[in-house]
Amino acid sequence: MRTWVLIGACLLLMVTHVVWAIDSEPPFSDPILEYRYEHLLQVIRCLQCMDENIANSDAPLAADFRRQIHAMVAEGRSEQQIKQYMVNRYGDFVLYDPPLQTSTWLLWTGPFLLLGIAILVVILVVRRRARMDEEREI
Amino acid sequence: MRRRLFFILPMLVLLALMGFFWRGLYLNPTIVSSPLIGKPVPDFSLSRLHNPKATFDQNQLKGQISLVNVWATWCVACRDEQQTLLAFSQQKVVPIYGFDYKDDRQSALQWLAERGNPYAAVAFDPIGNVAINWGVYGAPETFLIDAHGIIRFKYIGPITPKVIRTDFLPRIQALRREGT
Repeated sequence: MRTWVLIGACLLLMVTHVVWAIDSEPPFSDPILEYRYEHLLQVIRCLQCMDENIANSDAPLAADFRRQIHAMVAEGRSEQQIKQYMVNRYGDFVLYDPPLQTSTWLLWTGPFLLLGIAILVVILVVRRRARMDEEREI
Repeated sequence: MRRRLFFILPMLVLLALMGFFWRGLYLNPTIVSSPLIGKPVPDFSLSRLHNPKATFDQNQLKGQISLVNVWATWCVACRDEQQTLLAFSQQKVVPIYGFDYKDDRQSALQWLAERGNPYAAVAFDPIGNVAINWGVYGAPETFLIDAHGIIRFKYIGPITPKVIRTDFLPRIQALRREGT
């Protein structure tokens, strides 16, 4: 019985988590705008706290960012325009996803390059072993 | 020979990576370089701290080299740099403009009256909207503006005499030589 209450309480906590959101901006009546706004809060970094997005940060700067983004969404600006607005002022670091460009291509392709090299090495080693075995049999 | 290369190459890659990580240990992650360097000061219009009816805008920052110092009374590090700014303003090298960020007018006026006012004028941004336009993400931050109103340098963190000597004076002299 007690465990069930506990599990129930935990489940309830998971649901009510949303209610604790720090955002004080009023919700949009248009669901498209609301979605755009909520999504932007997820992908923009609070530069004061570094490892939080502005949806989860209670830093004053995050509140300012939310207010600014709320106003821009209300003006009808697209997600891309708003992201660009932030990047123009704060640099790429303000976005959680670093965009693919000349300075970051290694960041994106590096792991695949390393994987490719590793596979190549394995193939070479296996082949050589096979050859050595053949020579030994002869 | 090829066999040796086979072993040396991963070693070199590892050393290069270690070099990067070593450097990373000494970088300050809280300093985010501004993309506004080399760009004109964003258009803005704020009321002045000492005279709410007067405005302070981008045109104020044209015609001479100047510093714009973002500060606030709630900012502890601003307390540390206050004396340095006062001393530097008395040397009359360039005017220092204050940018009072997310602050309360009364406390700000009181602060300047008590501790001394290094600023030629102070723009007052109580909600921080203009600060976002300037790419400000904390206080103190200090911008170096050239005579054309272009942002040439931004220093994040409290100004010390050493920062004035090594970061600001050489750049101000270089701008003077450029003739801007």
